[in-house]
Order: sequence, then C-alpha cells, then structure tokens
Amino acid sequence: MRIMAQIAMVMNLDKCIGCHTCSVTCKQAWTNRRGMEYVWFNNVETRPGQGYPRRYEDQDKWRGGWELNKRGALKLKGGGRFRKLAGIFSNPKLPGIKDYYEPWTYDYQNLTDAPLGDDFPVARPRSQITGKPMKIEWSSNWDDNLGGATEHGDLDPMVQQTRQQASDKVKFAFEQTFMFYLPRICEHCLNPSCVSSCPSGAMYKRVEDGIVLVDQDHCRGWRMCVTGCPYKKVYFNHRTGKAEKCTMCYPRVEVGLPTVCSETCVGRLRYLGVILYDADRVTGAARTEDERDLYGAQLDVFLDPEDAGVQRAAEEAGIPYDWVEAARRSPVRALISTYKVALPLHPEYRTMPMVWYIPPLSPVVDALTETGHDGEDHANLFGAIDTLRIPVEYLAQLFTAGDVVPVRSSLEKLAAMRSHMRAVNLGQLPDRSIAESVGMTGDEIEEMYRLLAIAKYEDRYVIPTAAVGDARRLEESALPDSCSLDYAEGPGMGGEGPFGGDSGRTTAGGRRLLPVVSVENFHLSKERQTTDPAAGEAKAPEKFTKTEESS
Amino acid sequence: MTTLIWGVLPYVAFVLLVAGTVWRYLYDKFGWTTRSSQLYESRLLNIASPVFHYGILFVLVGHLVGLFVPMSWTDAIGVGEHTYHLFSLYGGTAAGALVVLGILTLIVRRRVNASVFRATTRNDKLMYVVLFAAIALGMAAKLTHASGDGYNYRVSIGPWARSLFTLNPDTGRMHGVPVLYQIHAVVGMLLIALVPFTRLVHMFSAPVQYLFRPYVVYRSRDPRRLAARPERRGWERAGS
Repeated sequence: MRIMAQIAMVMNLDKCIGCHTCSVTCKQAWTNRRGMEYVWFNNVETRPGQGYPRRYEDQDKWRGGWELNKRGALKLKGGGRFRKLAGIFSNPKLPGIKDYYEPWTYDYQNLTDAPLGDDFPVARPRSQITGKPMKIEWSSNWDDNLGGATEHGDLDPMVQQTRQQASDKVKFAFEQTFMFYLPRICEHCLNPSCVSSCPSGAMYKRVEDGIVLVDQDHCRGWRMCVTGCPYKKVYFNHRTGKAEKCTMCYPRVEVGLPTVCSETCVGRLRYLGVILYDADRVTGAARTEDERDLYGAQLDVFLDPEDAGVQRAAEEAGIPYDWVEAARRSPVRALISTYKVALPLHPEYRTMPMVWYIPPLSPVVDALTETGHDGEDHANLFGAIDTLRIPVEYLAQLFTAGDVVPVRSSLEKLAAMRSHMRAVNLGQLPDRSIAESVGMTGDEIEEMYRLLAIAKYEDRYVIPTAAVGDARRLEESALPDSCSLDYAEGPGMGGEGPFGGDSGRTTAGGRRLLPVVSVENFHLSKERQTTDPAAGEAKAPEKFTKTEESS
Repeated sequence: MTTLIWGVLPYVAFVLLVAGTVWRYLYDKFGWTTRSSQLYESRLLNIASPVFHYGILFVLVGHLVGLFVPMSWTDAIGVGEHTYHLFSLYGGTAAGALVVLGILTLIVRRRVNASVFRATTRNDKLMYVVLFAAIALGMAAKLTHASGDGYNYRVSIGPWARSLFTLNPDTGRMHGVPVLYQIHAVVGMLLIALVPFTRLVHMFSAPVQYLFRPYVVYRSRDPRRLAARPERRGWERAGS
C-alpha cells in the first residue's frame, strides 16, 4: 500500500444557477493575460450542450484519456510513447482556436475618436488573434441556457450516446427541454493522461496534495497534454508557447484557503477536502475491463481514514497528522464514499478524476410540481426520477459511463432527503421507511442534509495547510509580496517579458514589436529568486541586498 | 581572409553555439519552447511540419556522413566515389526536396495566415532568412555540381571540417572549393551561431527520455517555496 493524499472537490449541481461567477473570478485570477484570452480554467457549461471546447467529449475525434489494449493494459488513446515521438512535429489531434472560440475585444476607441456624423459610432469586434475585425460566431458559453439547442442540441456527444440507448429520451422542443449547469475545472486525476502524454516530463502530480501542475520552465510546447486530457482542461498559451492549466489555486490551498472558484461560488455548491487513496491500486482500478465498473473501482481505491491501519500507514508514509485529521472530517469524502451521492465526471476516460458531482434533482422536483403533483412526496419523486424529462440515462452518460444504477441511487437519496426533511420541518414524525428505502437511517439523512444544505464555510472547505514550521507564513497576509509565479507572462502575470504583453515595444503606428530574443534579464531573474523579505518585514532595501552580494 | 573565414569563423560559431545554449538554458528556461503556431492553423502545419522536420533530420545525417566520415573509410568497405556520389546526389536531393517543400509551405503559411504572421517575431524572420538561405544554397551547390562524379567535397571540405577538431584548421583545403559551397558553408556556420538565440533551440529538447520514464510523474513540493529562504552567506542582517 502506497498511501497518498489528494485535495478533491465535489460540486452539488442542484445548486448551480449558472451565474458564471466562478469562471469570471478564476479568469481574473489566472488567465487574464495575452495568450490566454481564450482560456477558462473554470467554465460552466449548460447541459445538454456541446461544452467547451466544442464537443470535447467526442474522444473518437480528440483521442483523450486512456483505453485498454488487447492485453487489457492501459494505453494512451492518443498513441503510446513511440507514436508520440514519431509524430512530435505536429499534433493532428490538437483542437484549433476555432474549436474553443476566437477571442475578441471591441474597437472602443472608435466610440470617442469617430468623426462627427449622422450615425452613432459603434465599437466593432476585433479578433485578439489576428488583430483584424471579425464576426463573432462562438464563445465559451455560446449555447448557454440551451441557446440554439434546437439547432445544435444534437451535437452534444452525450445526447448522441443517450439516443442510441433510449431513442426519444432527450427532447429539444421548448416545452419538453431540460437543462442543468455543469461547472468544470481540471479534474486533478489520480491517473492523469495529460501528465502521461507530456514528452518533456514537465507536467507532474504533486506528491503532497495530488495537484497536477505544469512546470513552466520545463514545458517545451509539444502540446501532447492538450490532446491527452480528455476533459480538454490543459491549454496552450499561444504567446509563451507553453501549456497552462487549472492549478487548484495551490498558493491558496497551501495556506488553507479554498480555491477562488469555491470561495466566490454564489450557490456555495463546492466542497473541498482531502481524500486518502492507495496509489498502488490506481492503475489496477483504471484497468477495470467494463467501463461501467470504473466508478466502483475508483471508490475502492480510496482509503478510510477512520481505519487504524490506514492511519498507521499514513504516518509511515509521512502524511502529516493534520492531513489525516482533515481526511476524517473531509466533506468530500463524506459525499463520495459515505453517502455515495457524488459521482465522477466521465469515469470511462480511465483517468480517475477527482472533481465529483452530485447529480441535479431540482429539475425533477420542479417539473413534478408543475404537473400538479406534490413535488416533495417521496413516492412521486421516486417514480418521477425514471420518467421525467431529465433522463437518468443522460446523467449516467456523464457520470457513470452509462450505468443508471448509481445515478438513480444518488437521486433517490436526494429525493428521500427532501421528503424526510419536509416532515421534520412540518413538525411531523419522519417516515422511517423513506430513509430505509434508500439504505440510510434518519440520522444519516439529517447529517447529509446538514452537509448539503447548511454547511458553513469551514464545513465546506476542510483544507489542511502545507505547514512547514513557519507559522507566520501560513497566514495569507504573511505571504511574500510577490507570488512565486510572478514572472513575466507567467501565471502570476507580473510584468512584461519574454514574448510578453503584445511582446515588445510599441511603434509609432501603435503596433507592438516582439523582442529579438526572449530572455529574462539575468538581474531580474536573480532579484525575483532572492528578494522575498521575511513576513511582515519591509522589503530589504536595494542597497542592503547589494552589500550582501558583494561580500 | 581565408584564415578568418575557415580558421576563425568556425570556432566563433561553435563557441556561440555552446556558450549561447548554456546561457539560454540558465537564464531563459521559460522562453525555451517550440512556440508552436498550431493553435492558429493546423491543416498546412500537419503536413508541412513533419515533411520539413523529417527532411532536415535526414539532411543532418547526410552532412555528418559527408563531412566526418573520411573517404578512406567508405573506400575500405568498397563504396567507390561514383557510387557514393550517386547515393549522395539522389538521397541528398530527395531529402533536400522534402526540406525545401516543407519550409516553403511553412513560410507561405506564416506570411499568409494573419494570426500566424502576427505571432512572428523579428527574431523568427531573421532565423527564417538564414535557415532558408542555408537550405537553398546547399541545394543549389549540390545540383549545380551534379554532372558526372559531381564535386568531390570529401577531399576538400571534409578534411577541413575534421581538421577543425584538431585545433589546427587546414584552411588550405578550402582553396578552389566552388563558390556556392563556400557561401553555403559560411551561411551554415552563421546558422549554427544563431541557434541558441532563436526558437531553433527546441532542437536540443528532443524528448527522448519520454521513452524511458514512467507515465505519471510525481514531484514533491519545493520546500523552499514554503519556508523562508535560507540565509545566504554574507553579512548579518542589520537588527538581527
């Protein structure tokens, strides 16, 4: 047993109102730079819908994730090591900018500079890729709220697969449609195919917390990770020529703060916590033959931190005590392993994703209420789960490789919780058979209710810090003034530099020139690496640093 | 002049190549990338880039054989000058044709596609000029001396190139070498000197280690990123 800790996330889709606050705050924090205009580390998709990039779930086309070869061993769907190296001079499976969307800005200057005329001046859209005027045709959430679903709805790969099984379950006529929102970030998988696809070895999974990162100094821009990731959550920065991805806001997580997307979530639907797992069993689980068993196989990889043996093994493996404690209190573990209401997104990619989802029940309740039935009566609800517009088959395509049993079980637990809690709220004695019908006790249901409905900040985010003795630095205010990623054009986006900004100086014509050679100035880099003053202290004066060097 | 071009320039180019690469590696790891433009345009690149790269690898092998394998060795295994010439003519021309086709397509793509052109630096333009000049001159030199047994560079340029390693360059050998070959060699040395300062550095990142490492890479957090940086040698801080 090789025990490892992973920071995992669960999102409760019932609560997502599709406000995109997570996307926007994430973009402000991480990707509001040149070269990253089209990138959303966090995006919210309306399902059914094509997603972002368009039809990313169509792995026959994009070749992301893993598959089993004839001997039943794991093999990168995009081709193994030799194939990758032989084809390194181009990557035919790389999504183009149009598959995401061509980013644009507006010609705002025209609003003030246009000569006096009969018409109001307008700000025309201008491509941020070519710099030329463009026609806006798509964006990261163009099909938000089923926009254009009658036309594009069938392009959702999951709709296509659902149709094959249940011919007319997915409907796009206005009065028959259903939808829900799916916020997506990097899955920080246990068996990451992006890391496995990186020829340079620049991508890695952190031992301490399982966060998957790209080493910006070692990435050589081969772009194999973009193809390798079936969720298309690794992006190519077209200015720096390096891959970038969701960092799980590790600078925040390290000091015990939730990620920006979690922190700012209006619906408070995100949960963050530690999960302990057995790294030795990951490959075996990912090799499970029937893809419908992958969900169960992944559950088996997780370890129970209440188990004395696991606790001992964790101590031997050097996992700090507060991490094991955090794993015991982990809301994520409770939702995934204890109540089993959270499900992984696309387990069939065999990457063992670690951002899980509680499937949405609300559309069922709402639709039931609209028909004049009691939307919170458990008998009605249980029946409705199978027959109502939000086809369980569609959810199953997303969360369990098409197996409806876990999805239905999760929805039934949520339905039972509603009925149970209604009785409690009305001062009635809850019908014990409701809880028993979903294999839970009344107390368990109430605990789950507390976690899902009223969990406060510290209950939703149980994040142990990366404590290493220096307590002062564990406070956010005590962090150094500059971020460790704060180099030119790096994710910390400080300053101009290698191919930075629009790269280089501006000519009289307003066009900016790119630099002759992309170099980080020697003194700049040295200063960046050596001048973080101790917490609370003022920055060491320039003179002082120099004296120190000259000695 | 002969000494300058054939006795000094090669060493300057070599020193720039090595020192420049070391310098770039130390101070510009972040800028060390292929800077692919595939995100903008994929259709042409998917064909032209492999054509060019495989061609240029073959050309590289051809140069290594031509310059650094002495004629006596090929004679010893029974490959006569005529056979060698034909091999080098057809093989080299085939590879050269791939390279020229590839680079022309790539250059046209770079110029015509607005997004790719916008992402082209002045550095790239210089690099393309030198690279294309070296390729075109090489092809021209080869093809203008193709008749009969062609020009036997293995008694002039080859020994000169090998003599560079003895630090006693035999510049005399370069007398009488056809002028196209001479220009090609000079442009080639210029290209070698340019490599570390352009995107061409990506050639040193051929990720061969990928074949031997485990798929999933684990890495520990750098402890220095969390704790205070250890004090470096020097005067004590004031007030401590």
